[in-house]
Amino acid sequence: MAEVVFELDKVDFAYEGGQPALKDVSLSICAGERIVVLGSNGSGKSTLLKLLDGLYYATAGSLKAFGQPLTEAAFTDDAFNFAFRRRVGLVFQDTDVQLFNASVFDEVAFAPLQLDLERADVITRVEAALRDLRIDGLRERPPHQLSGGEKRRVALASVLSLGPEVWLLDEPTTGLDPRSQSWLVDFICAQGAAGRTVVTATHDLTIVDTIADRVIVFGEDHHLAAVGTPAEILGNAELLLACNLTHEHWHRHPGQREGHRHLHVHGAPHDHDHERNG
Amino acid sequence: MASPRGAIERTLAEIGHVLEQSLFAETLSRRAGLLQALDPRVKVVGLLSLLIAVSVSRNLWVIVGLYGVALGLAVVSRVPLSAFVRRVWFVLPFFTGLIALPALFMTPGPTLWSLPFGLVVTRTGLLTALFLLARVGTSVSLALLLIWTTPWNTLLKALSVLRVPDGFILILAMTYRYIALLLGIVDDMFLSRKSRVVGRLSTADERRLLAASAGALLGRSLQLSTEVYLAMQSRGYRGRPRTLDTFSLTTRDWAWAIGLVALAALAMWLGQLGG
Repeated sequence: MAEVVFELDKVDFAYEGGQPALKDVSLSICAGERIVVLGSNGSGKSTLLKLLDGLYYATAGSLKAFGQPLTEAAFTDDAFNFAFRRRVGLVFQDTDVQLFNASVFDEVAFAPLQLDLERADVITRVEAALRDLRIDGLRERPPHQLSGGEKRRVALASVLSLGPEVWLLDEPTTGLDPRSQSWLVDFICAQGAAGRTVVTATHDLTIVDTIADRVIVFGEDHHLAAVGTPAEILGNAELLLACNLTHEHWHRHPGQREGHRHLHVHGAPHDHDHERNG
Repeated sequence: MASPRGAIERTLAEIGHVLEQSLFAETLSRRAGLLQALDPRVKVVGLLSLLIAVSVSRNLWVIVGLYGVALGLAVVSRVPLSAFVRRVWFVLPFFTGLIALPALFMTPGPTLWSLPFGLVVTRTGLLTALFLLARVGTSVSLALLLIWTTPWNTLLKALSVLRVPDGFILILAMTYRYIALLLGIVDDMFLSRKSRVVGRLSTADERRLLAASAGALLGRSLQLSTEVYLAMQSRGYRGRPRTLDTFSLTTRDWAWAIGLVALAALAMWLGQLGG
């Protein structure tokens, strides 16, 4: 049986001021799994990823990674912190947050340097990451001058240089053109095929069945609404509607007197199965 | 009464100007010129040596000679001379000129010209004012040459040669990086305001608008700084930044470093002879 990477037991998280972000979340994620976390804006997807990355700590319940509790006290131990950071990498939703260095090279070198890797090893990792993501020509460029697709590649390279076992990706396709989006889906699939654990938070239903073995759905009440295979989740129209991942859409076809309703997925090709939905 | 050009337009124009200047400097720093090809540490040490020579020189002609060197370096580095000269000498009179002006009349010495209201320009006063203008103008020119021929991120890393701590360099680099981002946000903010404002706002309304925008920007920058810190932590940052120095000195770099430092030493020696 695969090693359990993350184990959450009745986890609650609330921001300062008591605003809840996650309520009573229990789930396990195993090594090598490809997970998609679905939920509408504000449902707690990004918060979950930050909890899994040890940036936030559960306000109630317990959260373990690789069998060790993820607590503030645990991260004060440099050995634990370094070991965890080498194994888990988070790509933030906003690339401007992730890319804080003055050049692409420095950005990609940042993580291996902070984790005290040898200089020669750092350079080898940076060169490999730049090459793999085909951004070698951008190495001296300041990140703020790059396009959205280039920034996303640099953000991925900045984590790839660590060679993490676990990838946490927060809304990775947001703001990308179709070609970059397609490239990114291939990248996620390649990481999964290489045996890495990939947890992707998104509300883009069009990529779910390509990048996930299992789907976790959060409701607008910040509770876990469902867990299942992509086919089970995407086939459950009531669930998607209740979690604000689809909406009812009313329209009328030319030449027809009566309008009708059907389900409509944001960002997805229109589902015109009128017999089922209309 | 409202100003002829509203706060929104003025802010947008200023942001545009800053971004334009930043882009101009970035473009120059990537041209195929002499200084651009040198190791940034050589430029920092070489131009700093010349700067020190300018500061300690007591001979006006030595300072003028060093300005000539700066002009020569600008030419071989493909820096447009007109912009290089204008940037220094169009601004200088407003700042240094104002400081130098009283020296013309207040420094005791042989009379050069007598002006109305009993004002007298002395030879010593004129020399003092010229010294000040020449020193500041040449120093600013040398500094400008360094900034215009070196990408900002490379220049910051080169400061390590002066033993500037890594943490300080990282903070400077991040400040520069996020100023560009925040300028973009301000630009969007004011453009969106402009698109919704019809006619001219009163001064009071403009003040309110600016205060609200400043507040919104502060909130955004606080949120951004929190997220950036989390992103740093996520990649192993523990409060002690480590950076990688990838520079390598060639024979040509060494030759230029020795040449520039030797020139500075010669200028210092000549400068002590007086003039």
